[in-house]
Amino acid sequence: MVPELGHLVLILALLVSAALFVLPLLGAQLRSLPLMLSARSLASGQFVLIAVAFGCLSWAFIHDDFSVAYVANHSNSLMPVYYKVSAVWGGHEGSLLLWILMLSGWTFAITLFSKALPIDLQSRVLAVMGFIATGFLMFILFTSNPFDRILPLAALEGSDLNPLLQDPGLIFHPPLLYMGYVGFSVVFAFAIAALLTGKLDSAWARWSRPWATTAWAFLTIGLALGSWWAYYELGWGGWWFWDPVENAAFMPWLVGTALIHSLAVTEKRGLFKSWTILLAIFTFSLSLLGTFLVRSGVLTSVHAFANDPERGLFILVFLAVVVGGSLLLFAVRAPVVKSAPGFTLLSRETLLLANNALLVVSMLTVLFGTLFPLVADALKLGKYSVGAPYFNLTFLPFMVLICLLMGIAPSSRWKRTEVGPVRRTVMAPLTLSLVLALVVPWLLGDLTLGMALATFLGSWVTLTTLKDLWLKSANKNGRAKGLKQLSLSYYGMVIAHLGIALAVFGVCFTSHYSDEQKLRMDVGKPVEVAGYQFTLERLDEIRGPNYLADQATVTMKKEDRVLRVLQPQKRRYLAGGQIMTEVAIDPGFTRDVYIAMGDKIDADSWAMRVHYKAFVRWIWLAALMMAAGGFLAIIDKRYRKRAAAPQVGVSSMTQKGAV
Amino acid sequence: MHPARKQRLIVVIAIVILSSVAIGLLVYALRQNINLFYPPKAFSANEVPRNVRLRAGGCVSPGTVVRSEDSLQVVFTLVDPEGSLEVNYDGILPDLFAEGEAAVVNGQWHDDNIFYADQVLAKHDETYMPPEVAEAMNNGEKHEATCAEMSYGS
Repeated sequence: MVPELGHLVLILALLVSAALFVLPLLGAQLRSLPLMLSARSLASGQFVLIAVAFGCLSWAFIHDDFSVAYVANHSNSLMPVYYKVSAVWGGHEGSLLLWILMLSGWTFAITLFSKALPIDLQSRVLAVMGFIATGFLMFILFTSNPFDRILPLAALEGSDLNPLLQDPGLIFHPPLLYMGYVGFSVVFAFAIAALLTGKLDSAWARWSRPWATTAWAFLTIGLALGSWWAYYELGWGGWWFWDPVENAAFMPWLVGTALIHSLAVTEKRGLFKSWTILLAIFTFSLSLLGTFLVRSGVLTSVHAFANDPERGLFILVFLAVVVGGSLLLFAVRAPVVKSAPGFTLLSRETLLLANNALLVVSMLTVLFGTLFPLVADALKLGKYSVGAPYFNLTFLPFMVLICLLMGIAPSSRWKRTEVGPVRRTVMAPLTLSLVLALVVPWLLGDLTLGMALATFLGSWVTLTTLKDLWLKSANKNGRAKGLKQLSLSYYGMVIAHLGIALAVFGVCFTSHYSDEQKLRMDVGKPVEVAGYQFTLERLDEIRGPNYLADQATVTMKKEDRVLRVLQPQKRRYLAGGQIMTEVAIDPGFTRDVYIAMGDKIDADSWAMRVHYKAFVRWIWLAALMMAAGGFLAIIDKRYRKRAAAPQVGVSSMTQKGAV
Repeated sequence: MHPARKQRLIVVIAIVILSSVAIGLLVYALRQNINLFYPPKAFSANEVPRNVRLRAGGCVSPGTVVRSEDSLQVVFTLVDPEGSLEVNYDGILPDLFAEGEAAVVNGQWHDDNIFYADQVLAKHDETYMPPEVAEAMNNGEKHEATCAEMSYGS
């Protein structure tokens, strides 16, 4: 019964979201207050219905209802209960339901936090959200219903969740990533609503900014978790592969980063209005493109669950409608929100514009590298693959420029900046960074041009940011007072920028100072990697709850002192017969030691990966810092100022309103 | 010139320069790092360029996988119905690499007619197989069947 209830509720949700799309939009057009106000209750209703549907699917998983096809394909009675719950989003249908749940959650959040918004803007924002929800609910109901039964012959046992996904990282990675992905729909809705109302002022930007920043922060954490998961779960020892699916999530992040900076200009100076709108459209379109790439099966990767052309076609059509429609609307309405230029060539506006241009161009190079093989294949030009070297070569130069600008921008002024003060401010950080660029790589044991450049960039961003903090916290009543006076959003920026610096250090040091060996290890024969001795002590066969495993016991020594015993495994899962590499890691702040079993050579020897990963943890720490900066910025009190009484504007409207 | 217009001109020039740099990098990087896929029959027919990075794929011919005694060096032969290719690889084979199964290799084909791979990809799990192989071998038909049906010489 419960799955049928879920299905029914999902159909009701489709009707409600269709109403949410049509009624408020009509209301805003006809200036009818009741129709506009219906948006709030419809949004809440939609959220409740979808949450119930999601609950029903979770119930089916927890109770091992293998008569539901989706459950039978992605669960198994042997799995621990927390994996049964996370298996809800372990496949195509369920992860789509999670997507929709997030969407309706964000829609509901708008009704909670945007009471101060003018009612016509609010109802249009919610209507756009309703439109997106309608599209995705139709998608799930018509092409990928998670509640489909296999009757009358129900499966006795589930075929198990892909073992790659049976991992704590996977419990959190998809929800957080989706929070970010889907969160950009809110800014998109704000942008479309602004185009419809034709009113785009700094108040609009102040409303949109926290939404954009929140979505961005979640996406940052989601990406970091995904990278961390790939690092320890895939057993290849990398943390980023420029895999098309990773790129699909990374592109919205890049444009989203541009968006939150452009929104700053729109809020503070009322400039770049149409550009901000365009970025909001791009960001959400890229999120949809990501969904299309991942869900349509045009890519083969761990994320591609199904290869169903019908599904791909549906998302492609939806994508075309959203992108085409919003760009058309933009073309027609953008002149309405034109902004007057009023800044000189050296000003914070210009620097932020440069930041935007660099981020968008770097996104385009990633987009090109991701889509080129698909397009070439579709046009029968041959089967190409574009590898990591392409992305490194095209992407990194832009990041260098961005880091250079990042040092100057925070200390620059709006409208007009004099060269003199800027030069004076950055002189000390510049000198110190140049010194560090030579000293740090030399201390780490290998001074190359690349490492010097990386250290310079990291130190440059760190030192200029700290110097700016130092200058801005100057106060005649003491430094503590000065530090207290700075706004939370300023601190947010400082922390996020320091996070970028940390990422620069982490990425460059990892790629350069790591020692990654693929070795043949024989029992009892020690090998040496990066100054540590590793000995394969013994090989065992062990049995886990739903797998059999070969386990190696490796001791890690330095100067004859045993530091740690590591036990990597090679598992064979019983239900599907999949083989999984379970790595063993000795984590540390400045280095990880990483051992993964490769393939068996004979009874006493295995091919093993023994990696010394320098500073690898800094990368994820950096992402967490950026996200923390984002969250800090949104709790800034200026976003929580409520406009006194929006009812005033409404009451005058009711008289004119026709129902 | 009007200052606002001058400013716009500078912005436009900056964007043009930036995008030219981007496109330049793009073309350069693509020329170096794009890998075209070839099936074994193209190697047998000598239609494949030597000493450039490319991709090859086919079925791992049973009985051809030979691992060296003291290192990770391994040699095997990839086949399709009309050709074969000898591959040399130094490293760890993926979990699902097996004789009689599909594999894709990245690397260079040298003058000694041996493909020196720096990466070997096998199917990801029971349901996934490299689509290039599937298509190259049997015009899009399920590859699993292709590999199973193949009569590997004899």
